[in-house]
Amino acid sequence: MSSQAAIEVQALRVVRGGIEVLHEIDVVVPRGEITGLLGPSGCGKSTLMRAIVGVQIVQGGTVTVLGAPAGSPPLRSQVGYVTQAPSVYLDLSVEENLRYFATVVDAGPERVAEVMAAVDVAELAGRTAGSLSGGQVARVSLATALLNEPPILVLDEPTVGLDPVLRRDLWATFRSLAEAGTTLLVSSHVMDEADRCDRLLLMRDGHILATGTPAELREDTGAGDLDGAFLKLVERAEAKG
Amino acid sequence: MTATATLATAGRVLRQLRRDPRTVVLLLVVPCVLEILLKYVLYGQPETFDRIGGPLLGLFPFITMFLVTSITMLRERTTGTLERLMAMPIAKLDLLLGYGLAFGVMAALQAALTTTVAFGLLDLSSTGSEADVFVFAIANAVLGMSLGLFVSAFASTEFQAVQFLPATVFPQLLLCGLLVPRDQMADVLDAASSVLPLTYAYAGLQRVTAGPGFDSTAARDLAVVLAVTILALGLGATTLRRRTG
Repeated sequence: MSSQAAIEVQALRVVRGGIEVLHEIDVVVPRGEITGLLGPSGCGKSTLMRAIVGVQIVQGGTVTVLGAPAGSPPLRSQVGYVTQAPSVYLDLSVEENLRYFATVVDAGPERVAEVMAAVDVAELAGRTAGSLSGGQVARVSLATALLNEPPILVLDEPTVGLDPVLRRDLWATFRSLAEAGTTLLVSSHVMDEADRCDRLLLMRDGHILATGTPAELREDTGAGDLDGAFLKLVERAEAKG
Repeated sequence: MTATATLATAGRVLRQLRRDPRTVVLLLVVPCVLEILLKYVLYGQPETFDRIGGPLLGLFPFITMFLVTSITMLRERTTGTLERLMAMPIAKLDLLLGYGLAFGVMAALQAALTTTVAFGLLDLSSTGSEADVFVFAIANAVLGMSLGLFVSAFASTEFQAVQFLPATVFPQLLLCGLLVPRDQMADVLDAASSVLPLTYAYAGLQRVTAGPGFDSTAARDLAVVLAVTILALGLGATTLRRRTG
């Protein structure tokens, strides 16, 4: 398993603002699959993602990505990262943003048009990012991460605030990326997105509550849907102690 | 470090500035207007205008550049684009040199405009050549830029960044020799002024406008200004963190 894993996290401990937000967690993300990271707001999803990308100061444990320590220089062109708040230049146009980031990640100029098409913002190319709606900026931010076709994509709540049609389209994009061999780690706090993932990591209060395929988690808990499965797992964890 | 990333960053910063014409106008026009104001404030004392009008050609751009760059860099930090860039394969110096290049272009424009106004319109008399004054005016603006980039690391809001101007620039203005010659200050202040970069920026400009011209002392002053600029950019690079808490 370990040689196949794209991301391996062992005994990761992170303290933010004097409070331990990740308590020695272990995570394995296999290659070429969509792994969903699910859990309520504030459970440590973003912190885990930041640690995997290598922008989080960690207090203990190891994070290995494609066999190298997270955040090491060669990984900077191997891991695409989209933060929860869209980080693009609001005073530049969509195309200017993508052209700049394309130069930084050394992607060809033709990729700019390709990623705009992939996230359906081609018709907004000339608009300044600040004049777009929240969902549109989120898609531009996502497009930025796709520019150099990194083998690993870490996406923090990429579908928040999008209408159902767009969400379906984006998940179709994620699926085709995974089929082409990309490893995706996608966080969400909406359980109905869980069924679109190959594998789930359920998180709560800085712990990993359970891992498995959606079907396994339903079967294991005997719950009809994943919301129910999550509740059962919380009850089980609390009963244990 | 790559030239393409540096140039792309410079181009991006200039493109952002172009989207904000009001800032561009303020950057270019305010130093000229202040110089014109100074000329007529000193209407009855033309010799005073000749004495301090030259040095202020460099000090006004120093202040505006300091302010604009510290806020621009702070914005990069607070909007998340810095975190995104730090997760990408870009060298920290590429980013800072890109900023330096973009604002260096603005500094050159600003210096050209201000010196043209001062010599062409306001009859400022100078003992040195206009080209020397131009070079010092750019060096001053670039110094303000690099210090602005550096101090922006210590501000977490724009309110704080603005407060850094009176905190770090005003004491230098008081001590640089503009108001009172340095040897007439309390000894401890004279000593303090010798380690402040603006002292050399002022002294150099003073020599090429109202003093003996571009001599070896002026060359030393220019070298100090450029060395501090490079040092501040280097220190600025160390304040860019790939990992944060």
